[in-house]
Amino acid sequence: MKVSTKWLNEYVPVADLEPLALAEKIERTAVEVASTGKLEDGLKKIVVGYTLDVKDHPNSDHLHICQVDIGEEEPSQIVCGAPNIKAGQKVIVALPNSRIAGNVKIKRGKMRGEVSEGMICALQELGFPESVVPKEFADGIYVLPEDAKPGEPVFGYLGMDETVIDLDITPNRGDLLSTRGAAHEIAAIYDREVTLPVPNVVESATDEIADHVTVSAPEELAKPYMMRVIKDVKVKESPMWLQTRLWNAGIRPLNNIVDVTNYILLDYGQPLHAFDLDKLGSKQVVVRLAKEGEVLVTLDGEERKLQLNDIVIAANDVPVALAGTMGGLDTEISDETTTVALEAAVFDGHRIRKTSRRENLHSEASMRFERGVDVSAVREALDAAAAMIAELGEGQVVKGVASVNEPETTPTKIKTSASHINKVLGTELTVEQIQAIFDRLGFETTVVADDLTVYVPTRRWDIAIEADLVEEVARIYGYDNLPTTLPAGQTTPGSYTPAQKLIRQARQTLEATGLDQAISYGLTTEEKAKRFALEEALPTNLDFPMSSEHTTVRMNLVSGLLDDLAYNAARKVNDVALYEQGRVFFRDEDQTRPREVEHIAGAVTGLVNEANWNTTKQEVDFFYLKGIVANLLHELGVTNETYQATAMPDMHPGRTAAIYAGETYLGFIGEVHPNTAKEYKLKQRVYVFELDLQKVIELPKEAKLYTPVSKYPSITRDIALAVSTAVTNQQIEDCIRKNGGAFLKDIKLFDVYQGEHIMDGFKSLAYTLVYSDPNATLQDEAVTKAFEKVQAKLVEEFKADIR
Amino acid sequence: MNLREKLEEIKQNGLEEIRRAEDTKHINDVRVELLGKKGSITEVLRGMRDLSAEERPKVGSFANTIRDELTQAIAAKHAELEELKLAKRLESETIDVTLPATPVKTGTPHVLVQVIDEIEKLFLGMGFQVVDGPEIEEDHYNFEMLNLPQDHPARDMQDTFYITKQLLMRTQTSPVQARTMEVHDFSKGPLKMISPGKVYRRDTDDATHSHQFHQVEGLVIDKNITMGDLKGTLELIAKTVFGQQREIRLRPSYFPFTEPSVEVDVSCFKCGGKGCSVCKQTGWIEVLGAGMVHPNVLKMAGVDPEVYGGFAFGLGPDRFAMLKYGVDDIREFYLNDVRFLQQFAQKG
Repeated sequence: MKVSTKWLNEYVPVADLEPLALAEKIERTAVEVASTGKLEDGLKKIVVGYTLDVKDHPNSDHLHICQVDIGEEEPSQIVCGAPNIKAGQKVIVALPNSRIAGNVKIKRGKMRGEVSEGMICALQELGFPESVVPKEFADGIYVLPEDAKPGEPVFGYLGMDETVIDLDITPNRGDLLSTRGAAHEIAAIYDREVTLPVPNVVESATDEIADHVTVSAPEELAKPYMMRVIKDVKVKESPMWLQTRLWNAGIRPLNNIVDVTNYILLDYGQPLHAFDLDKLGSKQVVVRLAKEGEVLVTLDGEERKLQLNDIVIAANDVPVALAGTMGGLDTEISDETTTVALEAAVFDGHRIRKTSRRENLHSEASMRFERGVDVSAVREALDAAAAMIAELGEGQVVKGVASVNEPETTPTKIKTSASHINKVLGTELTVEQIQAIFDRLGFETTVVADDLTVYVPTRRWDIAIEADLVEEVARIYGYDNLPTTLPAGQTTPGSYTPAQKLIRQARQTLEATGLDQAISYGLTTEEKAKRFALEEALPTNLDFPMSSEHTTVRMNLVSGLLDDLAYNAARKVNDVALYEQGRVFFRDEDQTRPREVEHIAGAVTGLVNEANWNTTKQEVDFFYLKGIVANLLHELGVTNETYQATAMPDMHPGRTAAIYAGETYLGFIGEVHPNTAKEYKLKQRVYVFELDLQKVIELPKEAKLYTPVSKYPSITRDIALAVSTAVTNQQIEDCIRKNGGAFLKDIKLFDVYQGEHIMDGFKSLAYTLVYSDPNATLQDEAVTKAFEKVQAKLVEEFKADIR
Repeated sequence: MNLREKLEEIKQNGLEEIRRAEDTKHINDVRVELLGKKGSITEVLRGMRDLSAEERPKVGSFANTIRDELTQAIAAKHAELEELKLAKRLESETIDVTLPATPVKTGTPHVLVQVIDEIEKLFLGMGFQVVDGPEIEEDHYNFEMLNLPQDHPARDMQDTFYITKQLLMRTQTSPVQARTMEVHDFSKGPLKMISPGKVYRRDTDDATHSHQFHQVEGLVIDKNITMGDLKGTLELIAKTVFGQQREIRLRPSYFPFTEPSVEVDVSCFKCGGKGCSVCKQTGWIEVLGAGMVHPNVLKMAGVDPEVYGGFAFGLGPDRFAMLKYGVDDIREFYLNDVRFLQQFAQKG
């Protein structure tokens, strides 16, 4: 809402206030201010000119050479290309060395051989938005009123010298969408008096409204619905003061009738609509819901297919306006209009909102109906508009108002108390101080001891409950004046839950092992969402996605990390180690709502370390990542994890393992299938893992107990064996562990070999077995016996060739 | 030459030899040569049997003195040579300490998580719980329980990704508060919580908009909570995240779930309030929204607004991080260029 301080000053004195200080005060007490300023800011040397003579330019088919009186002794010659330039016009002249909009400097120059002492301007060149320029001047220069004096600055004539404060209205403060509302607010902020003019309608003595129009409306659609008729009007251009008020508020002047409806909208916040009564085709105006299949061409020329919930104004059972949103083209005011049916109503805001959203038609009217209007000012606004139309259109107001559903307009009575207000705010205000604040707001009060009864006028329909009154007191008293304290009362422990602790520990562990934390998008494509899933589940799709890239909630973290790797690769960053911790979403059959599961995943590619002067480069591989995962699991208290070769889509068939803790499937680790990597435009090998953290959280954790460190030396035995390549390290280790005896403490694989000296299809593995007894010095014979048993078992189970 | 003179000569020659020794092997040879079983002193002492019984002890004692002197000299020289040897070795081991270090690789927590962690720590210390909630929410908890019924114009402020008519991607983390309030047992004490997490809005991604971002919302409900308490709490957040010198100011605003509602500005941490490009010359930066919990919100959660009241606030870690570190494109947070991520490795 753009509010002119000049207009405001007619209702509440503000002329003494510095505009920026006023704007700041409004921000601190009421609503945000988007901007404060005058249209003339930054412009200079732009004056009124009078075109004495206009000739065609000899070297151009569209330029004109104008002799312009700019208030100097000699006229100036200015070349102008506007199609609507004529002799005898008052025009806007940007003198040599002037500045017009966009900080453009105008210089004396020559155009096709003819001297031009400046420029004749269109309103747009002075910074007026296209949307407010009157249509007749949209494609040419602007013509000033005849009484403008050549040589004087144009700013005063165009209202460009008025300070305009643009209020950014919150949804609850619809009352500030009017100059009168803003005046009340400023009066409260500065504790000043508001003086508002009251309209004086002179009605025809004989001509009754009922002879022209009757209205009907269901209460739930319009409460109230009113019409006045003004007859014998002349449609013409509005006076300059009215046009400048409109364009300063961002509204394009049209003609004296429509301009009045917009002026009253800005003044009272009450949307009005003017119909050409003769074009309605009926004396009965009906407010109703649209019917199946009805269409309406609105003022903007768009054909609107109406829907059952739209409120329409109908005459002759034909919709003539989309209520509260936009009028119909067929009944609009034209130059030929003589009888105006002027509508003032309060339409159901919910329905208006639905219609305006669907049609993407957010008009000044619909915006106000959605936020509410003052039901007690409808009639006054209608009267003010009728009186003004009669005056500016030289017509006559027909006697009476056609009206239905007039509501009660008594103030809202709300009870509160000084103690309650102080309890909420932490203040120690007296009941008198509080009463004074309500006085400033224009709310009547009665006081009994500590208790207040507040009568809130209907112009503040946002105030309905005690908490609303507390806010009014707080903001007028000033938030800066509130005390600064901390919550007292019973103390409470603040700590993470065990699950939250584990999740945070998981993050820190992965960071400690060199992975950077990524946060990718939770919404992705359905194809990516479904990949790498740890569970059989259905995808969950958005109803109306914004982009084809983000249609489905993710069911895995790996595909997001691959997107991240691709983003890095595209920027020539080839060594990347990332992890992500977050939710994935699994939807079960027959469910609309997916389960949300905490996962953790990682992706590595390229080098762990580049070659340094003292180290060789280290490339990532399966076992590098396996080390990171094993360390993570151990840090999280998982000690019994196993890795089993597995096959899954999008993964390398020979380099992927399922990870289990006992019988519980936790996730997978492996190399991404080269075809899948290629899809992400990844040329290097990529290793990934993903774990279900929820399962890790739920795993039973063993209590930590101290184990004495053995005082006795341990004994080691090495064993090398050749086995079929089909036999896994896990199988061998399991066999050793199972048959190793009570003193076997550790098994360490120290060599794996395949190639020369080893038969095709076989591999050589070498292990160190560590034996120790916590209570005694181990006897060599005991170890030898145990070791021989292991050897025998390995031969028996795997046909191992002990070497 | 008598024995005494011989011993004297051995001593003089011996000391000279020790002085000239250049390494430990040499000094060892000298020791064997002088003091060994076949050494010169032993040799001389063999001639003692020819001495008188009177002379013998005197010469013996003299010989012992000389032996001790030589032993000491040898030990001293040995130590000196060892020292020298070590010094030589150490010198030969000299490295260029300015050569680059062997790389140690650690990862960096995401900058948004760092911001959230900092806020979590502050509130854990003040006895708050950290509560997580679903990212896919019911319309009921995301809007209706927060005093945002269907068709409420304020729903326009939060354009929403719907999954079904009733299910949506949460647009805020406040539904977690509604859920927690509903089940909290106030007989066990006040409710003090923060709910951090991801939220989603139906927005086109650009430098200042992201369809995914983060929020931390806080809630305190007790019998005697004042707006002054809210002000104090907000001031702590501002000081913790943006520095101890920061001040805050409150401006009226509107949220359906609080009344009164305020926007909170923090004094500009770049210019200290004098006015600069970061604060657009105002000296203040808008950082969060807050207010006193709306009685309808309490009622809907089954809390008696006549007895209980409290405050709520909501802040955006994305916005905080952008302001604090001068990040000018919100998309950076979700594209994960490691050169971006690793810039935030430095703690504090």
